[in-house]
Parts: sequence; structure tokens; C-alpha cells
Amino acid sequence: MKAPKFSYVRADSVEHALELLDKHGDDARILAGGQSLMPTLNMRLSQPEILIDINRLNELKGISLDGDTVVIGALTRHVEVLNSDIVSAHLPLVTEAMPYVAHVAIRNRGTIGGSIALSDPAAEMPACALALGATLVVQNSGGKREIPAEQFFHGLYETARAENELLVEIRFPSQKKDNVSVFMELSRRHGDYAIAGICAYGKVTGETIDDMRLVYFASEDRPVIGEHAIAALNGHAWSEETKDAVSAALENDLDPMANLNGSAAMKLHLQKVLTGRAMDTAVSRAGGTL
Amino acid sequence: MGFIHPYDRPNSYIGRTLPRSRAKRAVAGRGRYTDDITPPRTLHAAFVRSPYAHAKILNIDVEAAKDASGVKLVMTGSELAEMCTGPWVGTLKVFENMKAEPQHPMAVDRVCWHGEPVVMVIAETRAQAEDAGELVVVEYEELPVVINKETALDPGSPVIHANLGDNKAWEHTLGSGDVDKAFEEADHVLEETFYFGRHTAVSLEPRIVLCEYDKGTEQLTIHTSSQCPHMIETVFAQTLGVPEHNVRIVAPDVGGSFGLKIHTFGDEIAATAAAIQLGRPVKFVADRLESFLSDIHARENRVKAKIGIMNDGTMIAAEIDDLSGVGAYSQYPRTSVFEANQILNISFGPYKHPNYRARAQVVYLNAVPTSQYRAVGHPIGISVGEFMMDWAADVTGLDPFEIRRKNIMEDDSYPRPIGSGIPMKDLSHQACLEKLYGLMAYEDLLSEQTELRKKGIYRGIGVAGFIKGTAPSPVGYYGAGGARIAAQDATTVKLEPSGGVIVALGVTDQGQGVDTVMEQIAAAAIGCSMDHVRAISGDTDATPYGGGTYASRATAIGGEATYQAALDLRREILHMAGILLQADPNELDIVDGHVVNDGSNEPRIPLSEIGRIGHFQLGELPNNYQPVLSHTRRYRLQDSPYIYTNGIHGAYVEVDVDTGWIRHLKHWVVEDCGRIINQQLADEQIRGGCVQGLGGALYEHCIYDDYGQLQNGTMADYVTPMMSEMPDIEIDHIQTPTSESELGAKGAGESGTGAAPGVVMNAVNNAIKPLTDGRVTEQPITPEIVLGALGKI
Ligand SMILES: Cc1cc2nc3c(=O)[nH]c(=O)nc-3n(C[C@H](O)[C@H](O)[C@H](O)COP(=O)(O)OP(=O)(O)OC[C@H]3O[C@@H](n4cnc5c(N)ncnc54)[C@H](O)[C@@H]3O)c2cc1C
Repeated sequence: MKAPKFSYVRADSVEHALELLDKHGDDARILAGGQSLMPTLNMRLSQPEILIDINRLNELKGISLDGDTVVIGALTRHVEVLNSDIVSAHLPLVTEAMPYVAHVAIRNRGTIGGSIALSDPAAEMPACALALGATLVVQNSGGKREIPAEQFFHGLYETARAENELLVEIRFPSQKKDNVSVFMELSRRHGDYAIAGICAYGKVTGETIDDMRLVYFASEDRPVIGEHAIAALNGHAWSEETKDAVSAALENDLDPMANLNGSAAMKLHLQKVLTGRAMDTAVSRAGGTL
Repeated sequence: MGFIHPYDRPNSYIGRTLPRSRAKRAVAGRGRYTDDITPPRTLHAAFVRSPYAHAKILNIDVEAAKDASGVKLVMTGSELAEMCTGPWVGTLKVFENMKAEPQHPMAVDRVCWHGEPVVMVIAETRAQAEDAGELVVVEYEELPVVINKETALDPGSPVIHANLGDNKAWEHTLGSGDVDKAFEEADHVLEETFYFGRHTAVSLEPRIVLCEYDKGTEQLTIHTSSQCPHMIETVFAQTLGVPEHNVRIVAPDVGGSFGLKIHTFGDEIAATAAAIQLGRPVKFVADRLESFLSDIHARENRVKAKIGIMNDGTMIAAEIDDLSGVGAYSQYPRTSVFEANQILNISFGPYKHPNYRARAQVVYLNAVPTSQYRAVGHPIGISVGEFMMDWAADVTGLDPFEIRRKNIMEDDSYPRPIGSGIPMKDLSHQACLEKLYGLMAYEDLLSEQTELRKKGIYRGIGVAGFIKGTAPSPVGYYGAGGARIAAQDATTVKLEPSGGVIVALGVTDQGQGVDTVMEQIAAAAIGCSMDHVRAISGDTDATPYGGGTYASRATAIGGEATYQAALDLRREILHMAGILLQADPNELDIVDGHVVNDGSNEPRIPLSEIGRIGHFQLGELPNNYQPVLSHTRRYRLQDSPYIYTNGIHGAYVEVDVDTGWIRHLKHWVVEDCGRIINQQLADEQIRGGCVQGLGGALYEHCIYDDYGQLQNGTMADYVTPMMSEMPDIEIDHIQTPTSESELGAKGAGESGTGAAPGVVMNAVNNAIKPLTDGRVTEQPITPEIVLGALGKI
């Protein structure tokens, strides 16, 4: 389990990193926290020629509030996001999800940009980005572009980011005043990647679901918005009938991948269970009664 | 002499909790494992392993690899075979009719499992060796794969080893009484089929060898992470044709072993051969990926069970039919049929049923060879027996404790055999059961369970009794079996000139505290403080020949050898003191490192003086007395095949009946491991054992696809138990010393692993009982299996 030979360059500016990306294209990999990249190198699952280390690029680090937007630099470590007052005040969904991202040691190194750039289908941050309608800011030597989360996640480890682009920041709209959010996932052990997971974000008035977005992850090849489930949910009071209707509708949204963690049927079942539980929680967080 | 009763003398260390002597340095990060040792000019080995489960090797092209940078040697399986005295054959005489294909250390002509070593590359660094390995080109022709044990004996099945005729390794039956008649007479006959997944040891420190061959002296020294240094010495000497007395095996700190490290592995032989050929040190560390593909696996079994029950809950007959899927070869030198054999031996072991019949069929598969892993066979036999007992309780309307009270062997009824014919003695099922009942506050749990069910919370209570074979004798597998594996063990206890005591052990310490336990025994028997005693283990040049630490034997066997050797040294010290003091040795005693007057404890002469005179001032002693001051004693079981232990576990779990997730809330163990030397170390053995058992019951599974490809050979995909999921484990003891030895210690290292799976399976079934007729009969118990039993998917 020794990595094959590779070259290593420590980028001293974003421009430097972009220049290297232009030059090496697919032969290069950005090295952020290394928590996903280094194991794949050591297992010889990927053999890039050059690693571009962005860890010294302070301009990619940090969390700030820009009006109604929380801006998180791509190189911000999971632990910093977890402990951020700005995040807990404005993005409670992210704060709720973060403890499920791996373990303490990994959160100390791993970065939010790395999570989103890698786009593991079972990862929490891509799902949160989609649920909250975040914008991913990528940059190449020609300049920056902004990609809405809805258009960013293309499939298994596939994103809209081009080979020569660096993910520089994630812009999350702050949670709206009247909205609630709920994060839930199921994994075999604490800290494992999820087998099924849900982010719910939106508005509940009394017991009526006004405008809720449901995002599912871990069962599909990317985080997906449960369009049919949402249609069955919004405008309805949360009840056993609504729950059944949402469950039935969810079958049109999801097509779970069977893997070692379970069959497609089991994952669909779990997503239905999580939907019910997430909505119970959403209603109670909105101050409603069940 | 009364040195073993706790607390009645100043140096009564037996029964006391004392810190493990190696703990401090391990905690400080100063442990010295084999990989911490790298002599100058060390080379590193990497292996090209088979990507196929079964294939013919057509051609191997190593030219490019030989030219790669840093490479010193590239060796194929057939080149290695020429350096060896012959292939291994994994059979033992005691397993009548067993068949095994001879196995070369690396594949020759044919590969039989995904991961079998094919070519070894030796280079200046491990990275260079791995780089060069990628340049080796092996041409294969795929052969049909046998991976499903259920069809491996079908007439049309492909046969892995043509010479054997079919895929059957062994078939065995045993029993007593008239089972068929009893089933006819029974009020209820219950039948169920169980599946147990394959898993593996996952020791924190992987397998490793550092091999050095001195061409001048023709001596071979191997540092290795081993439980059995002497056995490794014997097997490596024999396989590589080096005289045994020229081989030295050193096992420094060992980071977990669990049975994995009582076996011999071809890649380790290969690395040793390279060191002999090159005359330079060679190190091979199995990385985590190759550990999954080459460490022994265990447990893959299907068991059909049947019991006959009377209306009053009495079990009158039990039958099991086991199908064991082992790997491509029978693992040398202990064979791969042990697990099946143990299942037959111990299933329903706590119970009095007069009629028992058991059959095992063991079949080869194109998978990693299986062999002995902590609590061999017991997790399976205990899970099956205890499940059936709970089911019988349901059918007869008895409480799980009540039905066990009815059927367990009485504490005053020994010696007596169990159904498999194995003799039992010194057991305490009744005392353990009653103690558990109180320890877990069973009645309170029952009422809590009832209350919570009303709120839709489903908790389950499990109980599982067990017997556990420990400390095997030389009349069984080893010795009589023909393998050169010692069932005896030996200890040398010597007095140093300073008055300090060295205890050199045949048994070894893998972190469980064997060294400390032996120091306690020696210090107590001699009569000196623990500070004056130091154990040495894990070096065949410095310790007497012994079997090592396996089968929960270190304290039971090695402990008695230590005790007797220490008593011999004590006698000599008193004899010498008698001469020097012109006193009757019978009127002297040794307390805290001083020879004293017996009774008054008035100091007469310190051990430092005995040491000084005994080593340097021999002129002060009469000519007819030559002091030895170094005593070796051996110990082996004599009449019994094993020292059996017993105990009982309790478990309290919560099942999320919508998701199938299991939360293990609390685990209790009452155990009778005979005389306890160090209670904390015994408790931690039981706790660690439980966690390993729970791993197998709930998480761990080596998953193969239909092509014999291991699907989850990484720590990301192979799920081991972790702290956050594990319950508190409360432990209590009954101590019934074994009558086999003076010390009275039985084994304690494995029983936790043996019984934990059964009790958690029973608890899960107890939790879901109000909701379904379905039962969980498969391990690991994944959420999917629970949902299946609940009829939800
Ligand atoms: C045992 C374990 C458990 C884990 N469990 C979870 C879990 O439950 N949930 C979870 O979400 N994650 C989990 N992870 C992954 C962890 O969160 C990683 O830290 C994260 O996925 C990647 O972040 P990183 O900064 O370490 O990225 P790296 O490993 O450095 O990079 C990952 C990939 O993203 C690319 N990349 C990184 N940053 C950028 C950027 N700014 N622009 C463009 N490309 C970039 C890299 O080139 C590489 O291809 C786990 C990891 C481990 C080892």
C-alpha cells in the first residue's frame, strides 16, 4: 500500500494552482485535506502525475457572512465549519449534518471543498448544498463562474467542475427566518458513510407543509431532489395519509443502487422511513404538534 | 503449600489486579513491534497476488520487473518450491479420512484463491517492490470457480483439486443415545437452519516477518508477530531445510493475534527464502489490503439444527448437521477442519439431553483458507444451541432462565460427559446462571421491556450459556494428531546474583498481560515482591520450548509450569539457606525477598545474599552441593482432552423496528475460568472477546461474489465494531479451580467471543417477537436481515 511515484507542488497562490491545472490537466490532482485522495493513491486506485497542494492558500479558507449569504472557502476544514457560530446561526442544517461526516481526526483535516469536489454519493455536504440551494464557485485561469448546486452534481464522483477549475468557495443562502431544516442519516457505525440520508428544508405553518425541499443522498449516485415526494407533500397537512402519499411518490424519485450495504428495496424502505421521521421532526421544530 | 490463596501473605499476588507490565511503554508509544526494527541493509518484499479465484498460470514474465529500479530479486512460486523441502499438507492423524491437497508457499502452475501469492519482488524499498510488481506480467487461463458451499458437493460441481476426487475435505459424525427414537417420543420437534458469514481477525498489527540469515554461522533469525515462536521455528526450519537449532524466532511486542498468528503463511516463507538467498535482511509486512486476501478467514458455516422437547421443557434430543466452507487449502499446520469439529463437540454443551447426533461436512472453496480464529467453532455452536433453547422456551411457555434451569447440568453432577462424548468436570452452570439473574436484574428488565413496548420501543433480553474448551492436551489434536505443535508448555525460573528473578516463558504475550500474570505467579510462589521478577517471552533463544499462546492456554498451562518451576526455585533457596544458616529448611519461609523464620517472619538472609553466594562465593557451600538456581518445569494436561470452562451471558438490545438497526444497550457475563490470577486482566480478556464476538454477530463479513472475488477487502467496506456502538460489559465470576492443576486456572481468553454472538441473536429475536413469527437466523445480523425477519422488505 505505497503510492506510486508522483510529483508534488505546493501552490503559492490561486493563480499558481490554476496555471498548474492548465498545464497538467487530468494528470494533476488538487490536494486539499487528503482524507479521500491519499487512500486512493496508496491503494493505487488512481495514479496522478502531480499533486497540487493548496493547503497554504489562505484566500481559500474561512467563513464569512455576505448579506444573506454564508460564504465558506473551499479549504475550510470540516471542524471549522462544525464549530462556526456563523454556520450554526445561519445554516443549522450544516451544523446538524457535520458530526456525521467521518470522525474527529478526519474532520480536522478534511475540507468542505474536498467533500463537494469529490462528490461521494453518500457524503453529507453535497446533500446540504443541494437542499439549501447553494452556489458553487469555481475558477480557472480565465476567471470565475458560479454553478447552482442543482446543476453541479452529475453522477458518481462526477460534477460540473471542469478539469482545469478549482472549487474556490461555497455560497449558501442563509436559512430563511420562517424555515426549518432537518438532517437525518443511517449508517452502520457512527462516522461511516450513510446508507440512506435526507435533508429537509422549508416552511411549515401550523401542521401544513408550505414549501419543503427534500433531498436524498446515499441511495442514489448523487444527492437528488425528491420532486414527486415534494409535490405530494407541499400544501398538505402532515398526517398518516400525507406520509403514505409521500412514500408512494418517492418511488418515482428514487432508484437506489444496491451495494454491499443493502439491496435497492431496503434503501428505498429506509428513505421512506427517514422521510416520515424528518417530517415529524420538521413539524415539531416549527412548533407544530403531531 | 498455600501460595495461591489471595491476600493471606505479603506476596499473595494471585487474585490481585496489578497493572500490566508492558502497558506503560505501549501507552507512551514506545512499544517495539517487528516493524520498529530495521537492521542496516534491510530489503523489502512485495507480492504479486492472483486476481482470479481459480486459474491456470500459463506464463510469468518477470524481465521488466527485474530491471526496475531498486529490485534485487524476483522469485516465482516454482523457484521458491525448489528452495523448500516440499509442499505443506494440512492434515492431522486424528481427523480420519481427511483429504488435503499439498500446498506450495506461492502458487505453482495454478492459483486457487483471489489473493494467493504468485510472484515475490524484493527491492530496496517497499514502494520500489510494489512498483516492480506492477511490471510482472502473469498470463492466466481462468478455471471454473467453486465458491458456494451448498453446491460444492453436487455431482456436477467443478472440482478444485482433481487429485482429491471431489471438494470434500472431511466428513465426521458423532453422538450418543438413540436420537431417532427420542424425536418420535418428543412432544415438540423444532428445526431451523442457520447461516454464519465468513470473517477474519483484523489484528491491528498485521502479519510481519523480518528475516536475517547469517551465511557465516548459518543461523536464521526471524522477528515476527507470532503467538507461537517455537512452532514457527519448527515449521520454518523444516520447510526451508535449516537445522531447527540454528533458527531463532523473536516475537517482540505483538499487536493482536486472535489465532491468526498461530498459522504459517507462504508469503512469510518466501521472504525468509529471499533472506537466505540474498544474505541480506528481508522484511515483509502484509498491508491491510493483502491481509484481507491472505490472513486466515473463519466461521463460514451453515448449520441445520433439530431438537426434541417435552411439554415440561425438558430437552431429550438434539441434532446438528453442519456444512463448513473452508478455503482453497487446509491451513498448515493445524488444518481447516477444526471449526467444524468444535461445532460438533460443543453444541448444546451445557445441557443434559441424553441423545445427540452431529454431522459435519467440510468442503473446499476457491476462497482464502479458513482456520482457527478466537473461540474456534464456539460462536456457531453456542448461537445454534442457545437459539434452540429460547425457541423451546417459547413453545413450552417457559421463561428463558427457567428452561435453562431445567436443562443445565447440575454443579454437583461432575464428572460426566456431554452429548458429544467429551468429559466435563469442575463446571458451575447453576451458580453462574443464578448470579447472572441477579447481576442483570432480570425481573426489572422484563418490566421495563413491557412498559416500553407500549410506547413502540422494542427491547430484547437475551441469555446464552456456554462451555468453552481451553488448554488442549497432547492426547488430542496436537501430539496425537502428528503435528509438531507442543501442547505442553515450559517455564524456567532463575535467581539472578542480585536476588532478582527471571521467568522465561514458553507462552507469549500479545498484549493481554501474560508476562504480568506469570510474574505474579512466580513472585507469589517464591515469596518476593513483583519488582524483583521479570518475565521474558517471545524469544526461542531465551525461553524453553513450548506451544505458545493459543486456545486460551497461556495461564492454564504456562501458569502451572511457572508455578511449579517457581516452587522448585523456592525449595532450592530454602535448602541453600538451611545450609548457610545451619537451620532446618522446613522452619524457614521466604517473605518479601528475605528468607525468614517460619511463623515469626524474623529476617535471616535476603535473596540478594543467596544470589551472591550461589553465583560467586560457592566456596562457602559444601562440595556435595552445586547450586542450580535455575529451574525448568513443564506442564501438560494428562487425562482430559481440554480444560472446559463455562459461563453465561446476558444482553439487552433495542431494535428500531422500522429501520432494522440494533442498539446494544448492555451486556453481562458471568464466567467460571477457575482460579483468577489477575482479575482486571481476566475481565479485559472477556470484554475484548465479547467485542470481537459482537463484531462477528453484527458487522464483520468477508463477502465473495460468484466469481470468488472478495468484495470488501478494505477497512472502509469491512465493518468492524467500534467503541461508539459497543455496550458496557459488566463481568462477574464464579471460581471453580480446575482439578487438573495445583494452580487451578482455566482459560479465559476466548469465551467472550464464543458466547456473545448467541446472546445478541437471542436478544434481537426476543425484541421482535411481539411483531413477527420471523426469526433472525443469520450472522452478521445486518439491518436488512432484521427487516427481513420483520417482514418489512
Ligand atoms: C474513514 C473515513 C470516513 C469518512 N467518512 C465520511 C463521511 O461519513 N462523510 C463524508 O462526507 N466524508 C467522509 N469521509 C471523507 C472526508 O470527509 C474527506 O475529507 C472529504 O471527502 C474530502 O476532503 P479532503 O479535503 O480531504 O479532500 P482530498 O482528499 O484532498 O481531495 C478529494 C478530491 O477532491 C479534489 N479536490 C479537493 N479540493 C478541491 C478543490 N478545492 N477544488 C477542486 N478539487 C478539489 C481532489 O483533487 C480529490 O480528487 C471519510 C473519510 C475517511 C478516511
